[in-house]
Amino acid sequence: MKTFYGTDLPNPLMLGTAQYPSPAILEQAFRESEAGVATVSLRRESGAGQTFWQMIRDLGVLVLPNTAGCHTVKEAVTTAHMAREVFDTKWIKLELIGHTDSLQPDVFQLVEAARILTEDGFQVFPYTTDDLIVGERLLAAGCEVLMPWGAPIGSGRGLNNEYALRAMRAEFPGVPLVIDAGIGLPSHAARAMELGYDAVLLNTAVARAGDPPAMARAMMQATLAGQLAHQADPIEARDMAEASTPVIGKAFLS
Amino acid sequence: MKIVLNGETREIKALTLAEMLVECGFSGRVATAVNEEFVPSSLRIAHELVDGDRVEVVAPMQGG
Repeated sequence: MKTFYGTDLPNPLMLGTAQYPSPAILEQAFRESEAGVATVSLRRESGAGQTFWQMIRDLGVLVLPNTAGCHTVKEAVTTAHMAREVFDTKWIKLELIGHTDSLQPDVFQLVEAARILTEDGFQVFPYTTDDLIVGERLLAAGCEVLMPWGAPIGSGRGLNNEYALRAMRAEFPGVPLVIDAGIGLPSHAARAMELGYDAVLLNTAVARAGDPPAMARAMMQATLAGQLAHQADPIEARDMAEASTPVIGKAFLS
Repeated sequence: MKIVLNGETREIKALTLAEMLVECGFSGRVATAVNEEFVPSSLRIAHELVDGDRVEVVAPMQGG
């Protein structure tokens, strides 16, 4: 498994911390999933922030703060600075939202913000589309990880454009690639890993499931299965049958 | 003076950002911005507020 800015992950699952029915279920989901990375955010302090932070610390996971909801470079860069101070990490999941309905990244602002933050010592995890040229620009801006979307955030549609994601994997063989957003089922997560992706980042699929801890465990197992399958060099699909049982030696009985 | 704290107008006695945080009961891990500019924690003591400042105080929260 590739490293993320020099850091090894225990398994290929990054898990979000939002939308769980309760903090206790969130905690249980993390324990079940054994996810090594938790995404978090910054919001106006209303009293709940410190308890939440203590719980995340107790999980003993790496923290990946996001810039969720930011629509401009300035907003995202300021949020990143605040996150670096609060969470004491150089990691930032850079989100620059360009479209209200699809939450599609504004890739032009994304590249600009990524360059500014990288120059400022951040280690940027850009939430991007599956566009290869944008990927190249992000790498040129200093990113060492790319996080293309599988489908719009929270949609649970899986991998909308597998062709593009496959092309991205082929184009950037040495770069840690994470499918971020759109995963709805363990089969989607497994598929991402079968394509050779290095990790999967998801939130809604677990948090909104009827049994979040069970789904968290299913997602972790799916990512591991997909990863192992990719390493095991799967067979190519074919149109015609090919007998697996030897034909030679079959008894003549008709 | 009056400031806008996390979107709400507040009357405060504090003169600096650090004093305002104490006066308004903030503790623990928070980050601050004044008029949309990040103010690192090390600069809060020296950062004097002026009437009408827009202050944001944020804390860790759930996120995806």
